[in-house]
Amino acid sequence: MEIAIVKYNAGNVASVMYALDRIGVPYTWTDDEAILRQADKVIFPGVGEASTAMAHLKEKGLDLLIPQLKQPVLATCIGMQLLCKHSEENDTTCMGVFDVEVKRFQSHELKIPHVGWNSIHANQDNPLMEGLKKEEFVYFVHSFYVPVNPLTTAVCDYVQPFSAMLHQDNFYAAQFHAEISGMAGQRIIENFLAL
Amino acid sequence: MLTKRIIPCLDIKDGRTVKGTNFVDLRDAGDPVELGALYAQEGADELVFLDITATVDDRKTLVNLVREVARHVNIPFTVGGGISSIQDVSALLNAGADKVSINSSAVRNPDLIDELALQFGSQCIIVAIDTRWVDGTDWVHTHGGRKITEIQTIPWAKEVENRGAGEILLTSMDADGTKAGFANALTSTISGNSSIPIIASGGAGTMEHFYEVFTEGKADAGLAASIFHFKEIAILDLKNYLASKGIPMRI
Repeated sequence: MEIAIVKYNAGNVASVMYALDRIGVPYTWTDDEAILRQADKVIFPGVGEASTAMAHLKEKGLDLLIPQLKQPVLATCIGMQLLCKHSEENDTTCMGVFDVEVKRFQSHELKIPHVGWNSIHANQDNPLMEGLKKEEFVYFVHSFYVPVNPLTTAVCDYVQPFSAMLHQDNFYAAQFHAEISGMAGQRIIENFLAL
Repeated sequence: MLTKRIIPCLDIKDGRTVKGTNFVDLRDAGDPVELGALYAQEGADELVFLDITATVDDRKTLVNLVREVARHVNIPFTVGGGISSIQDVSALLNAGADKVSINSSAVRNPDLIDELALQFGSQCIIVAIDTRWVDGTDWVHTHGGRKITEIQTIPWAKEVENRGAGEILLTSMDADGTKAGFANALTSTISGNSSIPIIASGGAGTMEHFYEVFTEGKADAGLAASIFHFKEIAILDLKNYLASKGIPMRI
């Protein structure tokens, strides 16, 4: 199986690579269109700021390529937000795979960003949660969120309920960092690789 | 519900884990990679590795150690000690660290916080503050707590947040090594003033101390070293205890 990790300037992807090493699967870290199109699975990770990340994707035409991919794609954290239609973070137009808005957390009582381990409640039929409990703890770091919508496949609660996971067609996304979310996170990645 | 985090800290010297009382009298407590993986398995929410003898010669050892830890640990981990440049941070993040912690270098050059946050994102920049009560005020200390500065702790905590720190690791030098409890009053003041998470450190001796730092101290995370290394408190027992007292925990 060929696994490609999308290469662009979006923070630190080393932890994603080490997570795949722990599972024991090889991967390629690449921005090459042919390799990304041919891979069996594509992982689109990232941390950072939305407008800068979109600018980096545009430089290499990845903003047009990623939405066209046909194989299973797993987007995490900022990767998930970039697949949405628009982000309130610096008023950024994103790739629009998921027809939803990314909003900024607003709270006077709770700290922003949302940092740490929080529980997610997954839909019964969410294939990435196969073999896991209906409620699992995963690790989050983010200031922007996707509201609960028809594409939501797992919900987390911070300030208000928000989308921990999204799914549409071949696109799977997680707001949390599965790569550093303990055994639950590892299982989610393994489930994605087994799709 | 967002849980409170329990964070074992591994002090590293020459690639090995050590822990001293008030940062002297070091005792060897094992292999950091093995210990880190064990903690992750036992339910630690995060790990902190502090290189307490960070010299230029040691940097390569540290980067190699970080790479080994990243290969074996599936929870977030932070690396600190002697980090003073964008290049240092870049090397550690590329080796697999999730966050870095800066201390003396931020005091020396506060603009470094802004630069690192801009370059790598606030989420991976922890500013560690070592504080000690001297003549009626809390003062920032550097060099492992040995050197007093002219900076007061409470305004400094606000400043590092404003400059882009993602979290604050607050170590009370008065409490550190005493096992008499965290500095709850100061931790509470800083946490109440701040919108970023506060990791409280220094003084943990009992499970009650963690309960107090999460309630009275309003800390988002509690960090300790020797009580975990020498198995005085098992992480799972601690988390079960805190959960039974109503503190949200990942178990």
